[in-house]
Amino acid sequence: MNPAGLPFAAPGAHATGAGSPIELIVVAAAASAIAAYATGVVVSRRRGRPWPWPRPALWTAGVVLAAISAAGPLASAAEASFVAHMWAHLLGGMLAPLLLVLAAPVTLALRTLHVTPARRLSRLLRSGPARFVAHPVTALALSSGGLWLIYRTPVFEAMHADPLLRLVVHAHLLVAGCLFTAAIVGLDPRPHPSRRTLLAIVLVIAVASHGILAKHLAADPPAAVPADDAQAGAQLMYSLGGWVEAAVILVFCAQWYRAAGRRRASAPADAASLAR
Amino acid sequence: MSDIDATAAAPKPGERSAQNAWSGVLFGVGLVAFIDEAVFHQVLHWHHFYDLGTTDLGLVSDGFFHALGWFATIAGLFLLADLRRRGALRWARWIGSVLLGAGAFQLYDGTVQHKLMGIHQIRYVEDLLPYDLTWNLIAAALIVAGGILLVRTRGSRTRAHRPGAAAAS
Repeated sequence: MNPAGLPFAAPGAHATGAGSPIELIVVAAAASAIAAYATGVVVSRRRGRPWPWPRPALWTAGVVLAAISAAGPLASAAEASFVAHMWAHLLGGMLAPLLLVLAAPVTLALRTLHVTPARRLSRLLRSGPARFVAHPVTALALSSGGLWLIYRTPVFEAMHADPLLRLVVHAHLLVAGCLFTAAIVGLDPRPHPSRRTLLAIVLVIAVASHGILAKHLAADPPAAVPADDAQAGAQLMYSLGGWVEAAVILVFCAQWYRAAGRRRASAPADAASLAR
Repeated sequence: MSDIDATAAAPKPGERSAQNAWSGVLFGVGLVAFIDEAVFHQVLHWHHFYDLGTTDLGLVSDGFFHALGWFATIAGLFLLADLRRRGALRWARWIGSVLLGAGAFQLYDGTVQHKLMGIHQIRYVEDLLPYDLTWNLIAAALIVAGGILLVRTRGSRTRAHRPGAAAAS
């Protein structure tokens, strides 16, 4: 995988191999996430409220992508190859969050939990700190800002020497990615929705920041990464990342279009405009 | 969506003139950005992903046009769909705006981004001048053609989708 034969992981740091504690944690977390969602779907069906069938598929695919980016063959390859590392970043930090958010897990939880925990969850989501973290600008700072922090500081070298830090970085990318995607195209109830123009601006800044960082990495690769590996990884980040971003933009515009249509239907005389 | 359109009021003449123009300009910018990325970067490999002469400002400008390119293409098409369901789409005005948006971005790319910011050149050959001239002359021609169409369609009446046509969309 590494043409220059310079693995950027420290010797003995290959702790993501089969059966390692971190691998077990990831697999257990993924299995419980899928099981919990499936239980929710079954409970909802039994109560006579069918749940759209694509959503369990989206959820399962998202969980599997998040898991293979943190454990297994791709995660092991990512220790020695920047291209493999970038695949893990794109699948686990961008595509997985989109799939997970479109599976509307919070809506499913609110629908199937007992009254008391459901009320608690709802109150938690409406609380000040939750609103702050879920705000599109905060989510942008966490996801886009976090990326610059990972790649342009010693964090990148450190995470290849420390399996636990690597897991933390993966978890951060997944959670920040979910927060960001939920802020832009989330289906779950939002007590205080943001204006769509703000969301559009935040989305364009995030896409731009990702592209700028990709070219910045091509121009000035991390110290331990061989030049051609860095070029290939940066181009992958730019082009494949662009397709995932296009999918987010497509969902965003489709939601806007449908909402505008619904407003026109409810107030035809008002000549509702596309802008909210 | 047909039930929505059936209840909508008939569009007034000249309605949504600005939305016709914006939809076209956005789609035009996005189209050129897409052709630039798909044809010149990925198929022909004339453009380089990164050039040692690139300034930091060049990277930022390139990043924002990459992002706006995606956004403009998709948002422009949804605005077009919205015009259609309102029965307010005017193709001549829309196409004029596409040409204008495409030409404006092509000219910006060919002058500011390629020359001033040195993001990359059109092609890495000895004599670049014919390429630069062709690139920017095409851009100027697109702007002129788009501008003429936009002026001529200014304030003209909606031709497509007059009352009764709404149910068809």
